[in-house]
Amino acid sequence: MSEVRADLCIRGVSKSYGATLALQDVDLELPGGKLICFLGPSGCGKTTLLRIIAGVESVSAGSVWLGDVELTDVPTHKRNVGMVFQSFALFPHLSVAENVAYGLRIRGASRQERRRRADELLALVQLEGLGSRGVAQLSGGQRQRVAMARALALDPQLFLLDEPLSALDAKLREAMQVELRRLQRRVGITTIIVTHDQEEAMTMADLVVVMGHNRVQQVGAPMEVYRRPVNRFVADFLGSNNFLPAEVLGEGAVSVLGQRLMLPVPAGTAGQVTLSVRPEDLRLATEKPAGAAFEGRVTFVRDLGRTVETFVRVGEHELSVLGAPALAEGTPVWLEVPPEAGVVLAG
Amino acid sequence: MLLSWPALALTVLFVVPLGAMLAVSFFRRDVASFFQPSFVLDNYARALSAFNLERLAVSLGLALLATLICVLVAVPFTYLLTRLPRRRQAPYLVLVLATLSLSEVVAAFAWSLLLSRTSGISNLFVWLGLMESPVSWSPGFMAVLLGFVFIALPLTILLLYPPVSRLDDELVEAAATLGANPLQAFRTVVIPVLRRAVAGSSALVFIFVLGAYVVPQTLGRPAQWTLPVHITDQAILKSNLPLGAALAMVLLVASSLVALIILALGGRGRGAPERAAGGVTR
Repeated sequence: MSEVRADLCIRGVSKSYGATLALQDVDLELPGGKLICFLGPSGCGKTTLLRIIAGVESVSAGSVWLGDVELTDVPTHKRNVGMVFQSFALFPHLSVAENVAYGLRIRGASRQERRRRADELLALVQLEGLGSRGVAQLSGGQRQRVAMARALALDPQLFLLDEPLSALDAKLREAMQVELRRLQRRVGITTIIVTHDQEEAMTMADLVVVMGHNRVQQVGAPMEVYRRPVNRFVADFLGSNNFLPAEVLGEGAVSVLGQRLMLPVPAGTAGQVTLSVRPEDLRLATEKPAGAAFEGRVTFVRDLGRTVETFVRVGEHELSVLGAPALAEGTPVWLEVPPEAGVVLAG
Repeated sequence: MLLSWPALALTVLFVVPLGAMLAVSFFRRDVASFFQPSFVLDNYARALSAFNLERLAVSLGLALLATLICVLVAVPFTYLLTRLPRRRQAPYLVLVLATLSLSEVVAAFAWSLLLSRTSGISNLFVWLGLMESPVSWSPGFMAVLLGFVFIALPLTILLLYPPVSRLDDELVEAAATLGANPLQAFRTVVIPVLRRAVAGSSALVFIFVLGAYVVPQTLGRPAQWTLPVHITDQAILKSNLPLGAALAMVLLVASSLVALIILALGGRGRGAPERAAGGVTR
């Protein structure tokens, strides 16, 4: 589709339920036509934000814009959004085809038009021929695809999915991740997926919005957010990470456990900070290297099949290293932090 | 199989009394000893007289009307009630249960009083200046209808509460995202999904109202006296058990037919569970 998709802007949105704060000061500019993931732990407000975009939830403060049209006070049935709920919310009293064509029926489309479009959409999600089945007779994966087909029936401006894959088993989930990505590329619609699974976000998204503590923590491409987290929350939430206390010595140097490391320091950061290094980035050596390194002992080795995880005790900290050869417990080792791998985090 | 407890309970509590009643309906009436075991059709001849058939029609009609009113009020009421947070539902549920716990006798006599000319609501209205002079609204058709609805509405609400509370909000939200305004969503999603539950509750309420004889007797004129009133009259006051039994049998057959029709209106229901058909694995 060559249609130009409008950008979705969230401006200063907050949401409270009585005394409980669900969302605080959310400001987002989401480019049209992309697949965006709202990623975060349970209770961080990501589903609330999605529901606000759908119009099913109202805002306590702020506004929502699609292009230059303000959506904030527009009721759900007047916004053109297609939504897939976590429970799929398929209408139990209607057949698969009737479910898919529901939106068209509400609009008053003719029976032929409804049948044609239902067939078209079922083919798009690879469920041809299942139109006359009852929804109770479908498997989880099939129901999910019906829900997607139904949401896309009216050519919506936004395609919103609330934890669409959480109800599926692991293998099916992987297959659906790829399929969703392909579907989005094909249709070209602005898609927002809410998930707590960071692997899912990394696999599918063009843009990841990391949320935590009812706020947006970081927005960026998957690799960007993974490699350059802006704070401890993001660094900790995505993948596993090692954290060490550090002190800023100057513009490109920090002191960590008595070692001086040359690492980029974010502007305006000084004093006590945290150094984060991914386990797969730490370099383990059995002989003291030339440059700055931490001395420690191997405490535990775990074979993960694909790789080996080594736990090293450095002073009073235990660090995790991936990819090193398996060593005996108690072996003295040295850990180096490659300059491109260490990230200095404020606080 | 026959010795299993459910079969035993069913036999003792249902089949035996029904069978006894059926048998008595064919007995000959004896002034001295209530009835003589026999096989006569006199009782049915009287039971199916024009008078009694008219009473049957009135009974069925009144009960259906009361049931209809109860359902029309209870469905939106219960729907809105179940959307409230649990804590805020409590006072309403207590009110409904309290009304239900009133016996039919208490309710009938209370309304008889409230609708009277000397110590009723109309006296209050006169005192408030809303009416010129007090009026007796009982006994009468509206009084009986009011009485029926009063005792049956709480029952309807309680019967509808479980299925309506199981109705997933997300179904209505999904309909909204697909362009349905609240009224359209109610019409095309809520009502069809609740159809079987409403039919089942209606059938039960219909049978309940049909069996209530204190309300029509107290709040109604002879024109509103339903068949159960006459059954009580014949069986207890006039000691004519065989006729009472025959009338009861006629009522049973007629009301069973109506109840079955109501249930059939509930549809086969492809969507038996009210919960949204979704990703929860069985």
